[in-house]
Amino acid sequence: MTDRPWRAVISGIGELKPERKTDGINTMDLLLRVSAEAARDAGLAPGEIDGLLVGPQVGETPQHVPATVAEYFGMRPTMSNVVDLGGASGPGMIWRAAAAIEMGMCEAVLCVLGNHRNPVPPRAPNRNPAREFDTPFGASGANTSYALLMQAHMARYGCAPEDYAAIAAGARANAQLNPMAIFHGKPADIGDILASPMVTSPLHLLEIVMPVAGGEAVIVTTPEKARKSPHRLVHLRGAGEKITHRAVSQAPSLTSGPLKPSIARALHQAGARIEDMDFLSLYDCYTIMVAATIEDAGLCTPGRFGQWLRENGGMGPEARQPINTHGGQLGFGQPDLAGGMTHVVEAVRQLRGAAEGRQIADCQTALVTGNGATMSEAVALVLGGSE
Amino acid sequence: MTVNLADLEVPGPTATALTQAFWAAAEEGKLLIQRCGACGEAVFYPRAICPHCWADALAWQEASGQGRLKSFSEIWKPGHPGWIPATPYLVGLVELAEGPTMLSHVLSGGQEAAVGAPLLFAPTRIGRRVLPCFEIKQD
Repeated sequence: MTDRPWRAVISGIGELKPERKTDGINTMDLLLRVSAEAARDAGLAPGEIDGLLVGPQVGETPQHVPATVAEYFGMRPTMSNVVDLGGASGPGMIWRAAAAIEMGMCEAVLCVLGNHRNPVPPRAPNRNPAREFDTPFGASGANTSYALLMQAHMARYGCAPEDYAAIAAGARANAQLNPMAIFHGKPADIGDILASPMVTSPLHLLEIVMPVAGGEAVIVTTPEKARKSPHRLVHLRGAGEKITHRAVSQAPSLTSGPLKPSIARALHQAGARIEDMDFLSLYDCYTIMVAATIEDAGLCTPGRFGQWLRENGGMGPEARQPINTHGGQLGFGQPDLAGGMTHVVEAVRQLRGAAEGRQIADCQTALVTGNGATMSEAVALVLGGSE
Repeated sequence: MTVNLADLEVPGPTATALTQAFWAAAEEGKLLIQRCGACGEAVFYPRAICPHCWADALAWQEASGQGRLKSFSEIWKPGHPGWIPATPYLVGLVELAEGPTMLSHVLSGGQEAAVGAPLLFAPTRIGRRVLPCFEIKQD
């Protein structure tokens, strides 16, 4: 694999306020609303957007998803696709958009994810090995998978429950700085986290993201077209991706994941070191995910994330290397697949200097991570503000 | 756990033509895995061709039934509501003596679950099917 500089930039973002429940709306309405916001933010007319990346629309549109969305939006894209990498879908869209622009397939790509929370979601119609060989034993859902990862991590390194809970408490503290967050006005400390009900040991309820409705959109375009954006431009400096397995039983390691090579590759492309990152926008479906990512990023040796976090001064905007200033998904809420894109959107805000009430001083470069399935689908991005 | 696992109304395996032999063997109290005649690797879950060397040379083999608990979780809030009467119960990642890892239902037999604990194959009726479960080996 060769590394060459990325030319495309991020010139627009859109975000919907998370909601616990919705009634009778369809995904397309949410997607269009948040996309229009991102296009306005980029200063682009709908006709100027010629690329479209969307997520899978389980239950609503099983096939022909890009065509269905493009038609609804009145778009005629020259590049479109479904990016189906779970929580890594958002960051995975960014480099794919940049690559398509690099090859001249299109000039401005809308990357959009969103979901409703209408009542009575249908049970999964899955017929695959995870369904056949995990579910019959009483192990369905991500909570079980991440509990197994966390138990293995605790057993191997002897980390304390308080170490993991500090991540949820840090996310909640950051959510107090973001009025959009679902847990704004609802702080929780380490004691509160560990006092919450056990769901799948060793995971407590408050170490698990809250599902919400929402939407996130990002516009990736050429430097020329990005001149229409009134904001500081955000460049893609490096990207890395790795997929290793689907079911947790098939994981090559239970304590280190595919983000490790993905982050290394993204940093290498950017010519940067992890210590250089002014902001860490780390995918946080569970506390264990952030713990494993801190270690896989090489910020500390395996098993030492708790101590590192204390030495880092927590996760807030004043920390040595601030983490998830929007509250992370643990504090902001997880709008399904759009949850992974919240980490891109917050990094863009920080690099623009537009993270009102939680701005990091002199933020020039950020690491964004995305993660899907059972710590098995990984994307890492290094983003940098324009000179 | 206060209920008999056989009384649960829970989703069973979604067997295919290929995997039918595995589930049928479990009904008879046997644990089958596959071994590749070309590269010699043991394979779980069952596949059409070997995921290690892509040779069309997989054959069924009865496993020893010995395993080691790689990780576990005590489930208080199951992903499927049919499991609620059985809470809390244990699931675990079982590293088979032959090499591959499978997820399974773990019967504690009054022992404390711990990563690294030795396990024994324990076919158990869950709902309408006998499934390849494991129990923690007595000291």
